[in-house]
Amino acid sequence: MNTPYFLEHIWLIPLFPLLTAAVMLFYGRKLANNIVSYLCAGSVFVSFIFSVGAFFQLVAMPQGERFFTKLLFEWVPAVPYHMFDGRLAQFVAGWEFQIDPLSAVMILVVTGVGFLIHVYSTGYMALEGGYYRFFGYLNLFMFAMLILVLANNFLMMFVGWEGVGTCSYLLIGFYFHRKSASDAGKKAFIVNRVGDAGFLLGIFLCSAVLGTVRFSDIGPALHAGNFQKGDPWLTAIALLLFVGAAGKSAQIPLYVWLPDAMEGPTPVSALIHAATMVTAGVYMVTRTNAIYQLAPKAMYVVALVGAITALFAATIGVVQNDIKKVLAYSTVSQLGYMFLACGVGAFTAGIFHLMTHAFFKGLLFLAAGSVIHALSGEQDMRKMGALSKRIPVTYWTMLIATLAIAGIFPFAGFVSKDLILGKAYEQDVLLWAIGYFTAGMTAFYMFRLVFMTFHGTSRVDHEVEHHIHESPKAMLVPLVILAGLSIVGGLVSWPEILGGNSHFVHFLEPVVGMAHQSRIEPLKGPSSRIGEINLMLMSEGLVVLGILFAWYLYIKRTELPAKIAKGLNGFYELVYHKYYVDELYDALFVNRAKDLGLALGWFDTNVINGVGVDGAGWLTRFVSRASMWWDTWIVDGSVKLGARIVWVLSLPVRLIQDGLVQSYMLFIVIGLIGFLGYYFYLAHHAVH
Amino acid sequence: MLFSDSHILSTILFTPLIGAILMLFIPRERADLHRSMGNLFGFLGLLVSLPLIWRFQSGPGAPQFQFVENASWIPSVGAHFTLGIDGLSFLMVMLTTVLGAIAILSSWSAIHKREKEYYILLLLLQTGMLGVFMSLDFVLFYVFWEVMLVPMYFLIGVWGSERRLYAAIKFFLYTLAGSVLMLLAILAIYYYRNTFDMREILTHPFTAQFGWLQKWLFWGFFFAFAIKVPMFPFHTWLPDAHTEAPTAGSVILAGVLLKMGTYGFLRFSLPMFPDATVKYRGIVIVLSLIGIIYGALVCMMQKDMKKLIAYSSVSHMGFCTLGIFVLTPLGLSGSIIQQINHGISTGALFLLVGVLYERRHTRLISEFGGLSTPMPNFAAVYLIITLSSLGMPLLNGFIGEFTILRGVFEVSWQWAAWGVFGVILGAAYLLWLYQRVMFGSVTNPANEHLPDLNAREYATLIPLVVLAFWIGIYPAPLFRVVEQPVHRLVECVHPGYYSDTHSPGEKAAAAEVGATSPAAATPGATPASGSTGAKAEVK
Repeated sequence: MNTPYFLEHIWLIPLFPLLTAAVMLFYGRKLANNIVSYLCAGSVFVSFIFSVGAFFQLVAMPQGERFFTKLLFEWVPAVPYHMFDGRLAQFVAGWEFQIDPLSAVMILVVTGVGFLIHVYSTGYMALEGGYYRFFGYLNLFMFAMLILVLANNFLMMFVGWEGVGTCSYLLIGFYFHRKSASDAGKKAFIVNRVGDAGFLLGIFLCSAVLGTVRFSDIGPALHAGNFQKGDPWLTAIALLLFVGAAGKSAQIPLYVWLPDAMEGPTPVSALIHAATMVTAGVYMVTRTNAIYQLAPKAMYVVALVGAITALFAATIGVVQNDIKKVLAYSTVSQLGYMFLACGVGAFTAGIFHLMTHAFFKGLLFLAAGSVIHALSGEQDMRKMGALSKRIPVTYWTMLIATLAIAGIFPFAGFVSKDLILGKAYEQDVLLWAIGYFTAGMTAFYMFRLVFMTFHGTSRVDHEVEHHIHESPKAMLVPLVILAGLSIVGGLVSWPEILGGNSHFVHFLEPVVGMAHQSRIEPLKGPSSRIGEINLMLMSEGLVVLGILFAWYLYIKRTELPAKIAKGLNGFYELVYHKYYVDELYDALFVNRAKDLGLALGWFDTNVINGVGVDGAGWLTRFVSRASMWWDTWIVDGSVKLGARIVWVLSLPVRLIQDGLVQSYMLFIVIGLIGFLGYYFYLAHHAVH
Repeated sequence: MLFSDSHILSTILFTPLIGAILMLFIPRERADLHRSMGNLFGFLGLLVSLPLIWRFQSGPGAPQFQFVENASWIPSVGAHFTLGIDGLSFLMVMLTTVLGAIAILSSWSAIHKREKEYYILLLLLQTGMLGVFMSLDFVLFYVFWEVMLVPMYFLIGVWGSERRLYAAIKFFLYTLAGSVLMLLAILAIYYYRNTFDMREILTHPFTAQFGWLQKWLFWGFFFAFAIKVPMFPFHTWLPDAHTEAPTAGSVILAGVLLKMGTYGFLRFSLPMFPDATVKYRGIVIVLSLIGIIYGALVCMMQKDMKKLIAYSSVSHMGFCTLGIFVLTPLGLSGSIIQQINHGISTGALFLLVGVLYERRHTRLISEFGGLSTPMPNFAAVYLIITLSSLGMPLLNGFIGEFTILRGVFEVSWQWAAWGVFGVILGAAYLLWLYQRVMFGSVTNPANEHLPDLNAREYATLIPLVVLAFWIGIYPAPLFRVVEQPVHRLVECVHPGYYSDTHSPGEKAAAAEVGATSPAAATPGATPASGSTGAKAEVK
């Protein structure tokens, strides 16, 4: 049988954007803006077509066999190593692409939403400098993200993982003239690297315990190794991988980079920091769910971190005034929901929420971008208001997205969020309670955003007021399409209890097989049916309450929020300053690392080099000087002493040996006189 | 049959020397001719080395040393002129010829005094370095090892910047001090083996039954190589030498000279003293880890770009020695590949700093900022090289670092964790440097109209960028070339490693080491116990 075309050429999907990225980065400067737009958005569209083709060819396969891999060529060839149990294994990684229901969903989301955002960007970035550079980076990002979700081994996933991080670094710092932008890019990169450290160690441990880094071999290896539930090595792998996931998907304690990442252009925030890259952690946990399911403790950690992050970020979101910052914290919070889902074993619900979130959060950012565009760059919600009539398309699409994220029936967010909360309730009432309460807060701060931006009285600066305009078509069409998806996105997995058939969840089930065998069963009992309806009604009630509360504070009694803030002064300050986490990290890590660098630099110059090397030099010079002294005064001195003795002894002789003929003559005369005198004397005595 | 077919190594070795000799006869006034001659012979040196790529055999059946040439040299002491290469030296030779040609080309407009001597010395240096990697005779090896110091000494001392004399003398004396110990060790080996033929000596290692002798010999070689690498705490000649040397000097120094240390470990220390290696590897590994983290931290606070890159070399070479001394196939292959990678990435970094230095005559980071605006292409190449240096997948650095760390992990997860920590710091200082130099607005008026890369500068940088991508995407050929040498080394230090019945003590050993921090892990407490246990069984 012929292999289906789109599956066989699955590797082309990431290659199209890579190609245009290369063209942009090498020749882009010479190309006109509209050619750049057609090339870049076009290549993503082709990828989207290929993804759709691959999706349908995959669906055409029988349910149990929906899996296809394509090995392009070997990357790291087999290098032997010993596993922890002493067996010899081969470390091997290839450029191997795989597609299964999970990857299929991911490539559809990435290329689909990605394409819409590309179209939007052609409008949004039209007047910006570095147009080609922006699209080059954006396409490079698409390449990396698609590699990430199509990889069949950890190493290749890591290529995408680091690649999206690099593109994120470049795109956050796109306005590199602003120090805050390049700082934010660097921060994102380094915080992500901390997560990557965990990820790397997780990969090492996985290969040491299971003897493979290939995703499709993990399941068989777990089976063959007869691993028991709760195996400590598996728990360690799961936790280390989760450190990586927490970095990329902005979970406590590594979430700090995401709010700063809003320095990047708004389409980037929509694509990378809402719809795709930040969900990579959720994808990775789901991809490796076979390990997690045997590590219940790690699962609980994932669920707990997710739930706490969801709540924590929501509290910060409540008090932010920058429209993009509110959305950023809301993204952190929603990612928390996805991890909560994974942690309670509802991986499919997590991926489902990932998809609906890509629709409505992508839309929220794009609509926010449209607002910012209309207000000539203003991002502070305190300087907005009453925009609903001025920019109606933006208003209505943003309202739809807000209803979706709040979880209002029957929008997309309602279905996916209630699926998560339902599963959480079965597992752990505490986790459910946190998620439930956060849902209410989400409704509150999201409607706070809508009311502050579009309703009430206008607080727009006078000179900006004149220029308010609805965005061009290129920006509005993606908004409308995403709004449509935010409405109907839930239908693909409409809960059975409401007469649906959970298509989406069933489609993904083969990927997370074990989870559903053990965990989905209780839901089908009649008693929990009632429970499910009750849970839905409860959350709808809370959400409506949250919206009403936002309406009361920001429409009805607009003077109240300031009063409340004043009343809770200390607490408000604490939350407003994001719990001072950035300051804490600076004090604990960043500045300490710099101090250590300084101290070691001093140590290196003055101790190792100063005392050690230059000291040795000094010592050598000292010794040589001492030897010189010894040589001059002792060795040579003793020689000279002999000479001196001779000299001293010869002194009397030398007194007369002065070499002058005259003095010799004088001595001769004196001698002669002496002798003569002597003889005369003798002769004289002899006479006597 | 052509002379160059049967004597391919001699041809590669002496091509630069012939160039240097020819240049002696050209009057010094003709600077342009010297420049062209230097480049011509640098490029010729690269060309004649290319046939090695398709003629070198790397399968399991291939002989260990290939292209061997043997001639009697000093019969009275039994010294021979013996050349030959295995997979390890093959890669080093290729690295040398590539970087040598690039370094010579990079000097085109940077050197404006005494061109004749400059190019002659560069070519001499080239021959010296190639000789070190090709020699299979200890006397020949030692001669090349020492000869190579002289041109480098003059390159730094004559064409360097302000503190060049201090740096040159320090470089010379420091490395000489190390090599003297090695000379003693070589003489001792001659005393016991009565030959200088490495192939002979390598087949009869000095095992534990030689008692104190093998330990002393191990340390004798160790100091020579550790200074050359340089390992912490013998590294302080490097920042001075790098900073003061002219660009080509720095490229060669970082790209090739440092590799002689690691090459020495792989060629001599491991196979000749396998038991001493296993016994003392804990010390070497701890020094490597300190070097990785210490070098990275010191990097962060440097004000001088070249000094920063020099300290980054300390950190990166720490990975190479780490990979060697964990003594696992992954660690060793990773280390060899990382040595090549370091030559490519750090060589390119020095070239890039050289580009700036030529334009501004300063290396201070604070003098720059916002260079992305006047020099966008320069910024793009710099970014690729920065990413390659910090270990970004798809580029070369990742392959080396990942493989090394995976190899380390096999022995101790704690050591691997410290290494991974070093990787994070690597990202921090390199990105910070990039930000300070490239991003922001141009604050210094002198930088406003800096010209972007010219054709010659592209010609020096593009090959390195291409190599960086190639190794990042398709390193399989490199792995195949190093497979046999690594196999031999592992069999030497860990007999029986490749059989499945190897002692299952790895897990226990890893856990045992895990209980102590690497700083506290004394050689006695290293996981060597597991492997020596296995060795005892084999005996």
